[in-house]
Amino acid sequence: MSQKVLLNEKEVNIILHRLACQLIEKHNDFSNTVLIGLQPRGVFLADRLAKILSEDYKVKNIQLGHLDITFFRDDFRRGEKPLEANSTKINFLVEDKNIVFIDDVLYTGRSIRAALTAIQSFGRPNEIELLTLIDRRFSRHLPIQPDYRGRQVDVINNEKVKVNWKEHDDADADTVYLIEK
Amino acid sequence: MSELSVNHLLGIKYLNRQDIQLIFETADHFKEVINRPIKKVPSLRDITIANLFFENSTRTKLSFELAEKRLSADVINFSSGQSSVKKGETLIDTVNNILSMKVDMVVMRHPNPGAGVFLSKHVNASIVNAGDGAHEHPTQALLDSYSIREKLGEVKGKKVVIVGDILHSRVALSNIFALQLQGAEVMVCGPKTLIPKYIDKLGVKVETNLRKALNWCDVANMLRVQNERMDISYFPSTREYTQQFGVSKDLLDSLDKEITVMHPGPINRGVEITSDVADSQQSIILDQVENGVAVRMAVIYLLASKIKQ
Repeated sequence: MSQKVLLNEKEVNIILHRLACQLIEKHNDFSNTVLIGLQPRGVFLADRLAKILSEDYKVKNIQLGHLDITFFRDDFRRGEKPLEANSTKINFLVEDKNIVFIDDVLYTGRSIRAALTAIQSFGRPNEIELLTLIDRRFSRHLPIQPDYRGRQVDVINNEKVKVNWKEHDDADADTVYLIEK
Repeated sequence: MSELSVNHLLGIKYLNRQDIQLIFETADHFKEVINRPIKKVPSLRDITIANLFFENSTRTKLSFELAEKRLSADVINFSSGQSSVKKGETLIDTVNNILSMKVDMVVMRHPNPGAGVFLSKHVNASIVNAGDGAHEHPTQALLDSYSIREKLGEVKGKKVVIVGDILHSRVALSNIFALQLQGAEVMVCGPKTLIPKYIDKLGVKVETNLRKALNWCDVANMLRVQNERMDISYFPSTREYTQQFGVSKDLLDSLDKEITVMHPGPINRGVEITSDVADSQQSIILDQVENGVAVRMAVIYLLASKIKQ
């Protein structure tokens, strides 16, 4: 197993600020917008973006939620490993809200498909957008594309993209790795 | 570890501590799901479940059916009252006929102890025991422990007394196994005639004085007197039973501490528990019912994930 660095901490930081600015450009004061991080790893990116928006860009009252899609996945009983659920935390109504789904890596698009179904349980949003840090090009199984993307990469199927966060992965710096299995 | 060690839920005695832990963690997620505006998830849309009730039930049957429907499983229901069982069909024949209709899982309540175990050896489906005679009622014990965990933080180290008709109770036996597995201390309390002779061999304390039992415990699980299973008289009168083993508000208020009161239902108000206790802040009876759906969803989901495609 070998790994190489796709994005170092400085690059990740620049991208996060750009994404935050793009969100502000579209959503202004976020009065009708909610950010939803997708479990398990999208929530780290969502938490970080919410922090940047509120601390660096002084956006007030950001509504942030976590959505677990386990029970909505299309591969129940189909994989080798059992699916493990995570917690969902959405303490607000999504009816008529503009939702931004946030995930770290967009690969086949199946998780996003599941998330689109899962969020219906909380109401009928006005609009749903997708933000991903890494967009794995040419590997989609479904017609799903991000509205905000950090970096587009070409990765073959036996390689994995892993985003390490300082506060969660016991890492020295935020780094995106390309890992060959 | 994110898989059950068993393919069927036949009784608590076949589970280990990790299984219970996994069921509770999964139930936490389902409890959040059933409090959403839309309470349904599509996980089990390709699973068919048969609910076979060879004995009367209201709560358990509804709870299982709701759990199955909230997981999007297809459900068929069967009650022995309206079936060919009355015409002399054997259990295996009945179930195999139902399984020919491509059923993946069977939830069964049966008056005979061991019916679930027997079935699991002879038919090709995942079996969930919803009560077999006076033997086990595993999902009830799981939801009882889950409710204790929710109310008191954890089950480990807690003192639980099971009061009433222990002799005829499957809830009592499953609860003893489940509580001990999680490190709780268990006592049974009731008239001597309704306590099995060698129950202390299971490592439980035995007490015939209700006040002493309540002073000892953190949680009192009140059981119903199962008159329908009694072929002889086990105590002189209902009035005398209530005087000695019924919990009233006055009795609870006279204790040194505040204990939690549970009841698996159905309640005989005024017999084992008075109305003011059943409806008081100390009672978690309705939480038990709500948790029942979440726990049963977890059990069915975890068992279904082990069914081969």
